[in-house]
Amino acid sequence: MTDSRLILTELEQAMLAGDLGPAIAMSMRLVVGVAKANQATRLIEIESAHADGCLYHGIAGLEYTETLVKLGGKVRVRTTTNVSSLDLLHPDLVRADGAFLGNSRRLMDAHLALGCEATWTCAPYQTGHRPGFGAQIAWAESNAIVFANSVLGARTERYGDFLDISAALVGRVPFAGLHTDQGRKASFVMDFSAISRKLLDEESAWPAMGALLGDIAGNRVVAMTGLHGDLADGGLTEDRLKSLGATAASSGGVGLFHIIGVTPEAPNLEAVVQANCETMKVTTEQLRASRDRLTTAVGDGLDAVSLGTPHFSLPEFESLAKELKSGEKFADSIDFYVSTSRGVLGRAEEMGYAQILRDAGGRIVTDTCTYVTPVLNPKIKTVMTNSGKWAWYAPGNLGIATILGSVKECVASARAGRLVRNDALWF
Amino acid sequence: MTLSGSKRLSGRALHPGQGAGTVLILDQPISFWGGVDHHGVIIDVHHPQCGVSVADRVLVMTSGRGSSSATAVLAELIRAKKAPVAMIFTECDTILVIGALVSAELYQIRMPMIELTAQDYEKIPTAGIIQVEASTETMVGFITW
Repeated sequence: MTDSRLILTELEQAMLAGDLGPAIAMSMRLVVGVAKANQATRLIEIESAHADGCLYHGIAGLEYTETLVKLGGKVRVRTTTNVSSLDLLHPDLVRADGAFLGNSRRLMDAHLALGCEATWTCAPYQTGHRPGFGAQIAWAESNAIVFANSVLGARTERYGDFLDISAALVGRVPFAGLHTDQGRKASFVMDFSAISRKLLDEESAWPAMGALLGDIAGNRVVAMTGLHGDLADGGLTEDRLKSLGATAASSGGVGLFHIIGVTPEAPNLEAVVQANCETMKVTTEQLRASRDRLTTAVGDGLDAVSLGTPHFSLPEFESLAKELKSGEKFADSIDFYVSTSRGVLGRAEEMGYAQILRDAGGRIVTDTCTYVTPVLNPKIKTVMTNSGKWAWYAPGNLGIATILGSVKECVASARAGRLVRNDALWF
Repeated sequence: MTLSGSKRLSGRALHPGQGAGTVLILDQPISFWGGVDHHGVIIDVHHPQCGVSVADRVLVMTSGRGSSSATAVLAELIRAKKAPVAMIFTECDTILVIGALVSAELYQIRMPMIELTAQDYEKIPTAGIIQVEASTETMVGFITW
């Protein structure tokens, strides 16, 4: 057994001893407990935090956060908030009872009282919270973590509720795992060169890749080769990587991936892999099997469409508006939801995209998401989505059968009132 | 509960505490968020042990999986006394360790968590009651059966 031999600075010892107040001391006990479990030898200062403790899971989270408020806690670094359980802009959308509504609101208010920004989004990277390359941060929410690490090249471990807000209060995290150079090296390579360019340009290929990546990787860092993309292309590649990462962090515990020639830490394979790395050559059959795992529904019946998990971006709104430009409405039998942040919605209103969606019969959900809080009509049994993450969790969370498809296919299906999907590229 | 106490494994303590219960070895890792309901029952339809309860068991899995909200779900299960009595991994799962730390802070319930080597992990009995004891002062944990 190796002792972690955690060394704290004088300031950190004072924080732990309670010299900077009881909220700091309580937060520090948590940070130090995690540092010991992770065998960190020191703590590291962070530039920003993203807190996901604002989604109500029960009394424990509420009691922890309100205790910090009562003890006088304030965040020391910029801290954005993840989705909550409520849609404050469209309060009628959430179908919930008094206690749930009251506790959810108290949890949100407690985060604001601690000094967090009211962003209420799982995609803070779409609304101006974009830490720079190499920045040390403490982010929670699995899709935001993998995005910050992989696409932005910032450095965060896979944090969750409680540690996120505690790290924000003390401005520090254990120096371990994905914060370190060594922890960011890939131990496995997935080669996609056998997959046709046409299939890779299909939107649904990316959640399918994500599902496969999560299955294969578990918690490991994986380097991927044979994929194309340009992070400066106006959002297409970024949205694909959002989808890939979110699904990989659902089917597996992926916190960081590298795509050679695309993501910022990976100019070439040598830069990101450990010695003696194994390589797996991915086949179209494997990719199709992963896509099919994200479809649990049988037949072509459909009750609803849900887009925007993680939150719909402005470029995604733009391409949805293009799909809807003929003015043809969704079938009366289909409920059509798009989840997004209040920040992106503001821009989508300015651009007219939001109104085009409403005119077609769509509804917009903000501050929360259709699978973390009761939004859907209880009669809904089968839902089509462009999101691998939604498709992964909805059968368990909501008891709903899922169909994975592209935004284009979701729109065509919503208009037809039944599943319309083109499978030709997958065979 | 009777323990023969004749067999013992030691590992790295991730969270201090002690507890005993019937062992439950998961064939695949699970995410507590979206994977376990508020009664402690596995609801992940992709999981081979869907429908099995983790409450009061010594839960053994290689590591956790998926969403970072698993921390809050575990803390809530511990508060509601629907959680495992102990957890054993081959790879430290920080998200679950935080759930245990918070429950100790708020409710003074200390769930032991231990990390074993892959080799020792294979020696854990597949059935029966096992006892788990962990200290983060010494950073050592023991499993006895």
